[in-house]
Amino acid sequence: MSLITSLARLEAVATGRAQPAATVRHRHLSQRPLVLVPLTTAGEAGAPLGALVGTDRDAPRLLVVPQPRDRDLRFAFLADLADIVLPYIEGYAEAVEAAERTETDPETGKRVKVEVELCADAPQLIVPSRAGIEFVRLLGRSMRFRRTAEQEPDTPYPAPPRVPLLGRWLTHYGERARVPGSALLLAATELLSRHWATGQSGLEDQHLGALLAWIDPPEGSSGAAAAREAELARDGDGQLLCPPAGPATDPAFDNKLLAPAIERYDRARTALAAAEDGLEADSRLGALTRAEEEIRGLVARVTLPTWDRVWRGLDLLRELPEGSRVEERWTRDRWSFTGHRDRVLAGEPPQPRRDDAVTAANKLAAREREQARLEAQEALDDPLVMAGRRLAGEAFAGEVTDVTMAYSEGKRPSPRPLVTVRTDDRPHLAERAKVYRSLGGRPQAAEFVGYADEDGERDADGAVVVLRIVDKMGRGKEPEEGSVPVKGDRVCFTLFEHEQRGGAKLPDPEDTPWTHGGPPGEPVTEAADPLTEEDVL
Amino acid sequence: MPPPRTTPQRAKALRHRLAELRGPDVPAKALDARALAALAANPGCSRRALLDGAGVNKAALASALGAPSAFGQSQFALTRGNAFEVRVKADGGAELLRLVREKLDPGAEPPERTYAPDLTASGPEGRTARTALALREAVEAGGWTLLDHPMLALDVAGSPAFLEPDAVVVHPDGSWTVVEIKSFPMLDGSADPAKVGAAARQAAVYVLALEEVAARLDPAPEVRHRVLLVCPKDFSNLPAASAVDIRKQRAVTARQLARLTRIEEIAAGLPEGTCFSPELPAEQLTAAVEAVPATYAPECLAACELAFHCRDRSRTAGAVTSLGRAVRAELGGLTTVEDVLAAARGESGDPDDPAVAALRRAAALRAEALAEAAESRSGELRGAACP
Repeated sequence: MSLITSLARLEAVATGRAQPAATVRHRHLSQRPLVLVPLTTAGEAGAPLGALVGTDRDAPRLLVVPQPRDRDLRFAFLADLADIVLPYIEGYAEAVEAAERTETDPETGKRVKVEVELCADAPQLIVPSRAGIEFVRLLGRSMRFRRTAEQEPDTPYPAPPRVPLLGRWLTHYGERARVPGSALLLAATELLSRHWATGQSGLEDQHLGALLAWIDPPEGSSGAAAAREAELARDGDGQLLCPPAGPATDPAFDNKLLAPAIERYDRARTALAAAEDGLEADSRLGALTRAEEEIRGLVARVTLPTWDRVWRGLDLLRELPEGSRVEERWTRDRWSFTGHRDRVLAGEPPQPRRDDAVTAANKLAAREREQARLEAQEALDDPLVMAGRRLAGEAFAGEVTDVTMAYSEGKRPSPRPLVTVRTDDRPHLAERAKVYRSLGGRPQAAEFVGYADEDGERDADGAVVVLRIVDKMGRGKEPEEGSVPVKGDRVCFTLFEHEQRGGAKLPDPEDTPWTHGGPPGEPVTEAADPLTEEDVL
Repeated sequence: MPPPRTTPQRAKALRHRLAELRGPDVPAKALDARALAALAANPGCSRRALLDGAGVNKAALASALGAPSAFGQSQFALTRGNAFEVRVKADGGAELLRLVREKLDPGAEPPERTYAPDLTASGPEGRTARTALALREAVEAGGWTLLDHPMLALDVAGSPAFLEPDAVVVHPDGSWTVVEIKSFPMLDGSADPAKVGAAARQAAVYVLALEEVAARLDPAPEVRHRVLLVCPKDFSNLPAASAVDIRKQRAVTARQLARLTRIEEIAAGLPEGTCFSPELPAEQLTAAVEAVPATYAPECLAACELAFHCRDRSRTAGAVTSLGRAVRAELGGLTTVEDVLAAARGESGDPDDPAVAALRRAAALRAEALAEAAESRSGELRGAACP
């Protein structure tokens, strides 16, 4: 955390309201995101308890597993989830635009441009918190290797038809969420804490209710008091007024309300199974339905407040103007979505449990590249982020005080104007360091020549920096109009590059060196997780 | 340097003093996993050290102070955890011993019979003695032995803390292994690193306690520094095990234990009649708690029952640490919110102090950036209004 953000947090403490940590919105927000508020059963891996899901804030769909340890009920839940999520995702798969991509021609080995499809927009999933993203991954992992009755008629406990496909999509979304700056799957707490600094620590910011209380406190209340209320206030029954954003539930809720309700449900079910005639079965079915309704009511009670908060958070974020480079990053998300759509259409098997060496290295390299890209783009989009980089000596802004025309030596002299910038910042410039400024959205490079202060040194109040502009001035002998700053211009140069170059190309998976386990060999179909009779799950 | 050993008289006096602090007829609370985690998270906190050392029930204390802790365990998690542990230890621990041999000692002969001695005894002291005896017998007998829920004692800041590992296995070569059974899943061979770390820290404390038992035997048996972590495999209820090297956690914990502020000293500094019994009125309790200094940091929220109380105090005092240790670190000698903001506004502070200078620059840059953004936005609005 930079000193500027810390200062914002301290101001938030003093004013009782969150302070801006960004002046533009740094993530794309879909016009029609799918919000998912999942709940899980404590102590069980991948045993969902229920979820609120939907694209309409006024009409969320409530899905509940009345007995989370019952495999059939869990499958029914997942099938329902697939019936909501998959149509939403597939709704974006059809509308495409033509795009070009460079590919290696398999015969000639040359890089050629090929015409491909790119989905015009992509579905966006929003969950309340970081733990929600992890839960999406976990759900994806638990579903994608399941076998349906159609695939394997003899396996016991077949999964409902669309469940494995949902697992593959959720896995893709969970994996994409690990790429810095991606927006296919977002957590509301991370979005909000990226754009506002609260008067509490980063750990406490993971509580959606407390975070929103700082950003948007209720009338007449300070952020601190409202946040405390959100964290701790309980009703007469000992239940939190602001239930946790999940997927974990509050233990007091589990012990006091949920466990007795599930027990009543179990009893009603046993009674129904023991019914001897139709009349008795009818009345016991009524009791079972009532027991189920009770659990649905409980799950709705603890998910609805979170649902409303996620949408409220999205409202607040939409009030910020979108950063100008956000669209470019969203296009990368659209490529990611299109790529997975194509893999599904091509009938490729689900993502493996473990990546092979080359795929894993590629993923890591991509994440590093995207991290650098995100940092550069956020700084260029947002003066507040740039201020942090300037404070750190990684950028400097100032006024042009002098421009001297100069030319390179050689047969065809090119313009190499010397620009003198007076700045209050203290950049860490090494000899002949490259610096960059944004010129019409494209980076223009310059070279650090020296300090032009009287003593050739910089002092505590800043520096006078002489730079030599080296590119983006056109082909002619004279620089193109507007490509060289003039005296009196405000300019901002960064010491970091604006665009990221890819690293060295990795070998194809078939050529994995022995140091990294050698070629992965023939792809094997991953077996489904074994299901055993005595498993609790 | 190991802490000086307490003489029997002094130990008795301390026990008496700690019982007084706890309050009449309040039983001591054993040092549990959460207290151990808090120890690792915040070793410099006298308040936590004293209350844990005296066996005060901090959850009850926090409720009595009006800032109840948010900890609690869901009965679903409890049921699942217990069911899994029972399953792992079924058949006299045959499956567990198989896992220990496979992961830690593949050269040893396979366990033919499983021997699990009875460890019941009255009181923690009795159970500790019984455990030590069973360990000695197991080493002498040779072969594999499983100790189910043994009781170990560890000297924490001058008072004994009783610990109960899930299991300890004695190998045929006489060495000992700590087994931790957890109910978080090991998914495709990997588990949540934060949870594994917590389990490793917990196991390290057990290893330290076992080493004290081992040191009293001749020849001293080896306590293995690789523990066995047993978790449910993927989404099933089957056990998956992994050896976890805890040398680092052991070294860190040993160091922290050695430099823990002596409880004796903290207790000696308290006013006469200080008592933490939850039955006392809140003002009296607040005063008692305030008499022991605390070092609050947000990490405490995940580890200490008293954290909400300490956080309120820390915020009231305007301490910048309540925003995180990292914030505190970059502000130099400025420790309160008011001081920092006054220094940033240029109202106080020495401009030659690098922390103050950086703060003023940060404030100026922030104000400039916000003004720039506001200007460009109002410019856009104007542009939209009159095309």
